[in-house]
Amino acid sequence: MSTESLLEIRDLSVAIPTETSTLRAVRGVDLELRRGETLGIVGESGSGKSMTALALMNLLPPAARRSAACVNFAGTDLSTVSEKELAGQVRGRKIGMIFQEPMTSLNPVYSIGRQLTEAMTLHGEVSAAQARRRAIQLLEKVGLPDPASRLKQYPHELSGGQRQRVMIAMALMNEPELLIADEPTTALDVTIQAQILHLLRGLQTELGMSMILITHDLGVVSRAADRIAVMYAGDIVETGTTAQVLNDPRHPYTRGLLECVPGYREASAHRLGSIPGVVPSMTGDIRGCAFAARCPRAAEECFIDSPPTRPLGPARTYVCHDPEETRSRSLLEGHDREQTPVNKPAKESVLKVAGVSRTFSVRRGMFGKRKSLRALDNISLEIRKGEVLALVGESGCGKSTLTRTILGLETPDSGTVTLAGRPVGALPPRQRARMIQPVFQDPYSSLNPRKTIGNIIGRPLQVNQLGAKAEQRTRVRRMMELVGLPARVFNSFPDQLSGGQRQRVAIARALILDPEIVICDEPTSALDVSVQAQILNLLLDLRDELDLTYLFVTHDLSVVAHLADRVAVMYLGEIVECGDRDTVLTHPKHPYTRALLDSALSIAPELDVPEPRLTGDFPNPMNRPAGCPFHPRCPLADAQCRSRAPEVEWAADGTLVKCWRAGDAAGAFSQLSAGQTPENWPDPPKINKEESAP
Amino acid sequence: MTITESVGGNELTSEAEREQAQLGLTPGQVAIKRARRHPGLLVGFGILLVMALFAVLAPWLAPHDPYLQNLSLRLLPPAWVEGGQWSHLLGTDHLGRDYLSRIIYGARISMMIGIGAATIGAIIGVTLGVIAGYFGGWLDQAVNFLVTCQLAVPSLLLIMALVFVIGQSITVVIFVIGATHWVFYLVVTRSATLRIRELDFVAAASAMGCSRLQIAVKEILPNLLNQILVIFTLEVAVAILNEATLSFLGLGVPSPTPSWGLMIAEGKTAMFFQPWLVILPGIALFVLVIAINLLGDGVRDVTVTNRRS
Repeated sequence: MSTESLLEIRDLSVAIPTETSTLRAVRGVDLELRRGETLGIVGESGSGKSMTALALMNLLPPAARRSAACVNFAGTDLSTVSEKELAGQVRGRKIGMIFQEPMTSLNPVYSIGRQLTEAMTLHGEVSAAQARRRAIQLLEKVGLPDPASRLKQYPHELSGGQRQRVMIAMALMNEPELLIADEPTTALDVTIQAQILHLLRGLQTELGMSMILITHDLGVVSRAADRIAVMYAGDIVETGTTAQVLNDPRHPYTRGLLECVPGYREASAHRLGSIPGVVPSMTGDIRGCAFAARCPRAAEECFIDSPPTRPLGPARTYVCHDPEETRSRSLLEGHDREQTPVNKPAKESVLKVAGVSRTFSVRRGMFGKRKSLRALDNISLEIRKGEVLALVGESGCGKSTLTRTILGLETPDSGTVTLAGRPVGALPPRQRARMIQPVFQDPYSSLNPRKTIGNIIGRPLQVNQLGAKAEQRTRVRRMMELVGLPARVFNSFPDQLSGGQRQRVAIARALILDPEIVICDEPTSALDVSVQAQILNLLLDLRDELDLTYLFVTHDLSVVAHLADRVAVMYLGEIVECGDRDTVLTHPKHPYTRALLDSALSIAPELDVPEPRLTGDFPNPMNRPAGCPFHPRCPLADAQCRSRAPEVEWAADGTLVKCWRAGDAAGAFSQLSAGQTPENWPDPPKINKEESAP
Repeated sequence: MTITESVGGNELTSEAEREQAQLGLTPGQVAIKRARRHPGLLVGFGILLVMALFAVLAPWLAPHDPYLQNLSLRLLPPAWVEGGQWSHLLGTDHLGRDYLSRIIYGARISMMIGIGAATIGAIIGVTLGVIAGYFGGWLDQAVNFLVTCQLAVPSLLLIMALVFVIGQSITVVIFVIGATHWVFYLVVTRSATLRIRELDFVAAASAMGCSRLQIAVKEILPNLLNQILVIFTLEVAVAILNEATLSFLGLGVPSPTPSWGLMIAEGKTAMFFQPWLVILPGIALFVLVIAINLLGDGVRDVTVTNRRS
């Protein structure tokens, strides 16, 4: 890495006039990026990270106004360059960009080849044949097999991970000096995320590019970035090298963010930290420090004067009034709760799933051929009273079908779901509703936008005809208080609430019938990390208070490690491993569980993005591989795996495994613990933060 | 939190007031508050109110008998045009009937037909649309087949056939027009329902024990209101003009009855020499449609759910 500066931004601001006021999305950002360096811009939604990147390329919404003292890119000041020159010479040429949503960033009506070569021939200096050669070369480089034939394919023929690879190839067509990646892996599954990040890092070193990585995920940034800039309310509040910022955070916001991440603080028995309040409104001026209202250490001056920038060394600054060493004081004072009894004595089971299978038959068009899609394949599970069972798996593995079946919204083809001793299908819906309730992933679609909050929370009471109107109202208000919703939102509509508040409403609605079991389907994955912490804390508190049992569906292993008692891992409609949390997370027996653990990125600035062990994509459930469904991606697969599906086996420690080579994988693993490296696992595992952190 | 027992009547009121202050305004109160400050809605509502008053009070407000023919005063122009008479403010038609009186009486028929037919169309279309979209499967295919049939048969032919079979009266005209103008409602509500039924709040509703009918009516329907309102305002105008076509063919409102559509149809023959015969009922129709549009937009605006207060 050279020390030569590639990009220098001084005092960049973006203002978007609205009907009534001006939205100041970016407020005087200073940034510097050296050649070959990766800068991670971290912040929660609405902090202005994407706007900063768009402003750099002048791709802002038409109404937005940009101002900057200087935007110096490789010797030219982009703020003075004309739009025409910017489009012709810079955008897509010297600066490439990758967007978050691979499903919508490729044009569905053009072939991959055309979209790739267009990026190059557009500028008129390369022949079509040259561009084609380059496209093939790049597709190979981004790891797409058989690149020449890919050129004829259309975006819908590719999976999400493959599309993101194509997007990367497209951004690299003109050998840009700077690559801006805006949440490049947020829409992807964890195993794919690891592949893409690894690819980006490799390409960057190989091509000597600089990269700006915009993300909300501190784990991603800790592994992939050289330096970090933390953004809050349109301004950068702290910068430094990744290790400096993450190991020695100075700004209270950075520290708050880190404490919100499950697994950052060692044991899972602690409450997560959380930052009270929400990101301030970005309209108009902010007086004093933008973070003051949420800051646990805010003094009087914080509300009055803008905080000064405090240098701590070369390219290491933070913007705060507080000059004191702040490490000693935790944001969590008085919040530590008592050690949760994680391994409670096994109680009676409240829900039993026995041999449940479900096959959908899918038909394309009216006269198309019917194809069968096996969403659930002989699933057996048991949830015991008072425990948190985490169900882990990537998208498309059948998690949602399973939760819907458990809720009684889908009827299984075979097998039974037994709730309190009776099959769930035979229970009258209202009786079932009082035993089991869901909390869904997306708080934006789980609340009816045309109903008031009071109405939404009270609706289950109404439907089940519980109590008189006045009594229902009282219960709703009590429930709102319990989940931490202010009374004044009673008559508000969901659109008037923040994401975290909406999820509280969804939780209140689920709990008002006083159910025994709550199925949480990725309840925090649509939320910012500080809000996620609040919701996870709330769910755990409510469990203790109301004696609830949770089935917690998630893809986030740090969340699993934080709150689960037992873990079930799902792959292509099957449970491949199921057991106690500690056993599964520290001694995974199924190679898929291991791969998931490897791909989970904990905050570890000293580590790089791990080498992805799983090759290939999550298979299409319509074309299930024969034999063990995992064998095409499994590094341990042998002839037996390819021909015969494995049986369920019980390991000595009570873990359920479905793998022919489970013994080998476990053996390989125990050898690893002894410090040896077996041939079939190329390098030592980087699983637990505890293991890897110094 | 403990539940405070209500004691005296007075304290109960103050308790209710206190609760009100805590919880904020109910959506109804907010809508009324916003409506008071919404000029479009007020104007639209005002015009409709005046028109409705004219329609109801026609016998007292009309200067002449709308059926009374005076062939000596045929085709008088409006009073302010040369040759006009102040006793017939808006002139007379080809049979010497007072045009102003006919327009006032016509408001009755036209508003009835416009709003009535659009409502009937909405009931048919929305019901079928929600059924097709929510239940899907063979029901959806059946409804789609019905739409294809409806679109394949020329609606005028169908209306003619129906009127011949059932007989000619205003009620029949309203029902027949309504029954042939539901495709828009259906297409829009079906696709919206298809989208909404996949949202998690529908799954949440069935998880709390709601029946499918409850979901369709209480969860899905409120989310379709905006789309239905937009189509409704369009369909009112379409229905009124459709009635004119029917009347022109002798299938609509029986002839001496004044209706705007019929007046336009009758005036059409003399359009180049006595243009007011077409223009005046046209203006009335235009104002009615504008008013309904303003009202519809206004209702949509005051019931929006995402404005932070």
